[in-house]
Amino acid sequence: MKHLATALGLAVTLPLAAVAECASVSAGGLTVTGAWSRATIGNERPAVFYVEIRNEGETADRLTGIDTPVAAMTMLHRTVVEEGVASMPHAEAVEIPACETVGLAPGSHHGMLMGLTAPLTEGESFPVTLQFERAGAVEIDTRVLSIRAQEAQCDAG
Amino acid sequence: MTLRRIRLVLWTLVAFALVGVLALQWAGRRPEPPQPPFRPDFALQDEAGRTYGMEDFRGSFALVFFGFTNCPDVCPTTMSEVAQVMDDLGPEADKVRPLFISIDPERDRRQGLAGYLAAFHPAILGLAGDGAATQAATESFKVHFGREEDPAAPDGYSMSHSPGLFLVGPDGEWLRQFPYETPAAEILADIQERI
Ligand SMILES: [Cu+2]
Repeated sequence: MKHLATALGLAVTLPLAAVAECASVSAGGLTVTGAWSRATIGNERPAVFYVEIRNEGETADRLTGIDTPVAAMTMLHRTVVEEGVASMPHAEAVEIPACETVGLAPGSHHGMLMGLTAPLTEGESFPVTLQFERAGAVEIDTRVLSIRAQEAQCDAG
Repeated sequence: MTLRRIRLVLWTLVAFALVGVLALQWAGRRPEPPQPPFRPDFALQDEAGRTYGMEDFRGSFALVFFGFTNCPDVCPTTMSEVAQVMDDLGPEADKVRPLFISIDPERDRRQGLAGYLAAFHPAILGLAGDGAATQAATESFKVHFGREEDPAAPDGYSMSHSPGLFLVGPDGEWLRQFPYETPAAEILADIQERI
């Protein structure tokens, strides 16, 4: 009974948290913020992962992979439009140069979440662990926005 | 005397050359002769099995996209823009029909095209034919697509495709392309001007 109450409480607070501030996690010179995904219809199709990575340090870093309990398989991709044809080849890693902000964002790099364990529902959130070459593992809470969302929805940067 | 004559001849040639260059530039500025109207077409089915062709949309503008639903980045971005355009058209939305033509028809039919598209906007009509009809539709619209074998992708493959949006007029005539990432406001303004 107590567990049920806790679960219900969590279910209520998660959507509420979604309209507040975006989670922000720092590790070394890196700040990871504004993680979001789009709601999915069912769990057969791959979902997407977008995030912003600020490097305020003086050394470059690289994002080499992502991991999440909501997907059986994850991968870094890059959307490329070449001679009028769009494709999304694998990206071995995403370079994070010193003193720069790099986004996994629509039309550029994105995380692919394949083999979803359940559909992603708008208003919920799930953890994603980003693996950096230097800064190590950074876990961030990722908000599921509308399937029509085009960018992170944060109160303040 | 002879030298002066040669000089005169040479200068005359230079003058002719200059006139020629100017004439060519002027000719280059002239508008292209009008092209015959281009009317792309297709014969593809919706989820209920009804076959559609461009003649079914005569009288309204058609906003046509070629994509696939296992596409988590390019396709939702464009469908969101289409949905925004439809919302912002307000009472004029019934003059525009957005179409999503699947270039991955077998998988899209299996996973459900209509339910996926309705999540963006109820006006978007999803069409998915067989392989030959899909090929014919893309050739008619002069778009490219390909299947890329990829063991890491769902079902072992992914698709590459032209990511633009095509606007077809109420008489079935191809009007223009909106390249990938054209903002919804720009698409809206263009369509409103034509309405
Ligand atoms: Cu991808």
